[in-house]
Amino acid sequence: MKKILVLLLLAVVGFYLAGTFFDIGFGNSHFVKNDAIKPVKDIYLQQTVQELKVSNAVTSIVVNFRGFDTLGEVTVLFLSVTALGSILYKKRHHVGERSVLFSASSIVTSGSKLLFPAIVLLGAYVFIHGHLSPGGGFQGGVIIATGFLLMLLAYENYSVSHNGLSIVESLAGITFVGVGLLGFMNGGTFLQNFLPTGELNNLFSGGIIPIIYIAVGFKVAAELTGVIYTVLNEKGEQNG
Amino acid sequence: MIALILILVLLVLMIAASVYAVRQKDLLYAVIATGIISLILSILFYLLQAPDVALTEAAIGVALTTIIFVITIRNTERMEVENDKKNNTKSAAK
Repeated sequence: MKKILVLLLLAVVGFYLAGTFFDIGFGNSHFVKNDAIKPVKDIYLQQTVQELKVSNAVTSIVVNFRGFDTLGEVTVLFLSVTALGSILYKKRHHVGERSVLFSASSIVTSGSKLLFPAIVLLGAYVFIHGHLSPGGGFQGGVIIATGFLLMLLAYENYSVSHNGLSIVESLAGITFVGVGLLGFMNGGTFLQNFLPTGELNNLFSGGIIPIIYIAVGFKVAAELTGVIYTVLNEKGEQNG
Repeated sequence: MIALILILVLLVLMIAASVYAVRQKDLLYAVIATGIISLILSILFYLLQAPDVALTEAAIGVALTTIIFVITIRNTERMEVENDKKNNTKSAAK
């Protein structure tokens, strides 16, 4: 009885799906049936420059037109970091100190100290200028995380505050969702732009796009730094 | 034309590095080879006019993934061992 019901349900769903797909002629684009309707890529490219005043088309698609997908991506990263932390959490208590095979030489330590601010600055530049130049929140966040990685490798006692990381990450996530919810203010939709868009190629342009990308940058940097710190402090059984 | 030749050379290098990474028994060398694959891939992305993806690939593929694999190798075993061989050596040790 149950199987017949499932088959019936599948048949009904399949019938309507097939009906929808057969409406589109084979080999025709769904969007250019008549010349009056533009393909979606043209609309994106036109709106990017004319309405949003963003010079990087990738950023305007990732944060504005497909902003909800970006929220999903950030959630995926958050969930995987949480899973990693929960798996490695058990052992952390009776390990304590990080296992060090040999300490880094003075060249490595002073070089890291010199490079660390430059790397963090580069990361911040990449995510603040996400709407003007290539790059964005994810890239900038990863670059900052590599800076912290360098410090963690060079200094045995260098430690990152887990509470600080979680506060930064939560605040960034709240900013993202909060800015998205503010889009409802003027009767719009989630993540709709509500700020003045400004001039093309200016730093303060693009409405909510820079705010969201800065939030994403902080979130990714905090999450990945947490991952590296957790994995580095995990001491396995040393073989030989 | 020069760009095409450069892209072809890079692709051949990428394939060579991938084969090396698969064949190599020392996992540390294999991880370095995968890092080289990511590096060449990011150069290719840059040549194909996708600088956003090139930045992501360079930061994640070359730096983060390689380092996390290296840390994992340090905490586990460095050499790749065949399954039956491993069992033999363990039973011999007992």
